[in-house]
Amino acid sequence: MLSVGIDIGSRAIKRVLYEDGVVRERHVEDSSSQPLEVCRRLLQGLETARLVATGYGRHLFKEYWPQAEVITEIKAVALGARALVPECQGIIDIGGQDSKAIALDGAGRVQKFVMNDRCAAGTGQFLEMMATALGYGREDFVAAAERAPRAEKLSSMCSVFAQTEVVSLIARGASREEMALGVHQSIANRTAALAGGASLRPPLLFTGGCAQNRCLRTLLAEALKQPLLLPEHPQTVAALGCALYAERAKERS
Amino acid sequence: MATDYRPMWAELGLDLDAHDALLGVLGPLYAQTFMSQPNRPQAMGYFDFVMSEVHGLRIKELLDAKAAGRKVVGAFCTFVPEELVLALDGILVGLCAGAEFATEEAEKFLPRNTCSLIKGAFGFALARVCPYLSASDVVVGENTCDGKKKSYEIFKDLVNQLYVMDIPQMKGPAGRDLLRAEFVKFGAYLEELTGKTLTVEAIKSGIALVNAKRAAMHRLSRLRAADPAPISGLDGLLMNQIFFYDDPVRFTASVNALCDELEGRIANNQGVAKKGTPRILVSGCPMAVPNWKLPSIIEQAGAIIVGEESCVGERGTQALTAAEGESVDELMDALVDRYLKIDCAIFTPNQSRYEHIVELAKRLQVDGVIHYGLLFCAPYQIEAGPVEQKLEAAGIPTLRVDTDYGQEDVGQIRTRVEAFVERLQG
Repeated sequence: MLSVGIDIGSRAIKRVLYEDGVVRERHVEDSSSQPLEVCRRLLQGLETARLVATGYGRHLFKEYWPQAEVITEIKAVALGARALVPECQGIIDIGGQDSKAIALDGAGRVQKFVMNDRCAAGTGQFLEMMATALGYGREDFVAAAERAPRAEKLSSMCSVFAQTEVVSLIARGASREEMALGVHQSIANRTAALAGGASLRPPLLFTGGCAQNRCLRTLLAEALKQPLLLPEHPQTVAALGCALYAERAKERS
Repeated sequence: MATDYRPMWAELGLDLDAHDALLGVLGPLYAQTFMSQPNRPQAMGYFDFVMSEVHGLRIKELLDAKAAGRKVVGAFCTFVPEELVLALDGILVGLCAGAEFATEEAEKFLPRNTCSLIKGAFGFALARVCPYLSASDVVVGENTCDGKKKSYEIFKDLVNQLYVMDIPQMKGPAGRDLLRAEFVKFGAYLEELTGKTLTVEAIKSGIALVNAKRAAMHRLSRLRAADPAPISGLDGLLMNQIFFYDDPVRFTASVNALCDELEGRIANNQGVAKKGTPRILVSGCPMAVPNWKLPSIIEQAGAIIVGEESCVGERGTQALTAAEGESVDELMDALVDRYLKIDCAIFTPNQSRYEHIVELAKRLQVDGVIHYGLLFCAPYQIEAGPVEQKLEAAGIPTLRVDTDYGQEDVGQIRTRVEAFVERLQG
């Protein structure tokens, strides 16, 4: 029987189809301003499948698809990560508006987790805002940061203040590339500080949309003083975890 | 329809439109939070009634008592000794500080980065929507945290009369002397206010009333150790909140009546949630009415709260006062001994609080502790780190939540609390 995992994130909706022990398909789409519409489209023809949802939209989703089970992103990403790297002991996940550090025990259960507070500092949204403030597109922003010989130091951790700081740095003639690197560096430092609260042990997996950012990956591994493993599809790890959880529905009932 | 209290509120000087707006939010919030809970004990009916009349009948009682010559003392803190107030036939009431109200007005007097509790107290006062404040002959402030201490300097102009009590920050002999001197001074102040005298008999009767009230809450706390939990955490918190408003004798009898019912439930293995439901102790800052945000999220996430390590909870009700003294001096000593046991985070060091949390976690058979830090409350937010470390080291899973009265972080808190409950479920 087909199992569907769906992760309704703030920036993207991810869907994983799983059947007979293999992933059939991975799909990522922008959340848009009408995430329910996107979900409806993504679930067409899948009405009879086992369905598990996660992400910030999970409770809203459950109102429209009451047959779905709902788990948190923390549990979902832990299940997915462990399936991809069975010896994995910890996860750093940076998404659109959340960042989290999760420590797993020997059996893969969540032992401790920490998450950012309500503000978007240190998340994908912060990166996007800073890229816009510096006049870069998403890809150019990473490339520019990687070209910079040194990082401009950003002291603000709040996205609003950081934007103001970037504007005043521009006015002082600071290099755009160095500021781009500075933005990446500040997220890496902030995430490493957050992760300190979860006492992570290797091997560590880096997941979520921001794991696709090579510059951030390098800086974060340096800040953590630990290598970071990158799964092949980091953005869909939580959706995979949901699909796997759906697959095991029989054992729970 | 209930009695029309509008003339009474108008006489108290409340802003009727703003007060209507407040009640218009409170009523539905209460119904949604409390009345929808499954399997509530029948005896909660009394507490529902108290809440439905919290700005009505209870205020009328206070005004009737004032007309009969009794004095009403308003307070914000568990350090104000209710025993002395009752000894002089006065009435002590907790004041409103549990919701954001007229925040923009409050921020004209206070920096934005002031905790919600202080801002709430200012908001209620400035918007003239707290009948308890209006009914109080005197408001007692206390030098606990810096935020409150400095705020009272401004608050004094917003109330009829403000009396400030100093509180020590260390529990050694000097600290004890300070608190004792402050209690004696407060006693003398109350004597002057009421025109009555603090006799041995009077203090003993005050101690007996408050001891009975606290003992009833201890009984409730012991019953909440049962699995399945006989009462929800929201209802447990509600009783701890009403502890500050209601007539002490009637409150004590009502808590005991509820405990009788809970004993019956426990004997029949009945509860509000299934046996094995993850059990949570909430620890940290006080939650005044109607601050039910975090407990609602926790219980909606499928866990059950079995205790509150809080001023509105175990910290406020812990320990009885020894009433054996034969002189006013001896009874004052006994009161000081009891109040110095409060392990408020303003004390340094505050080792007994860590021990108390671990002891509660064990006694109440909790699966995990959620530490609630009110944003900008330095004492509790700083203690949250060591609390988490010590509890995790003792094998008690712990989640820290720092938040305020705003609703914009509910989604993120829900995710963290649900993930914590998943962690407890293994």
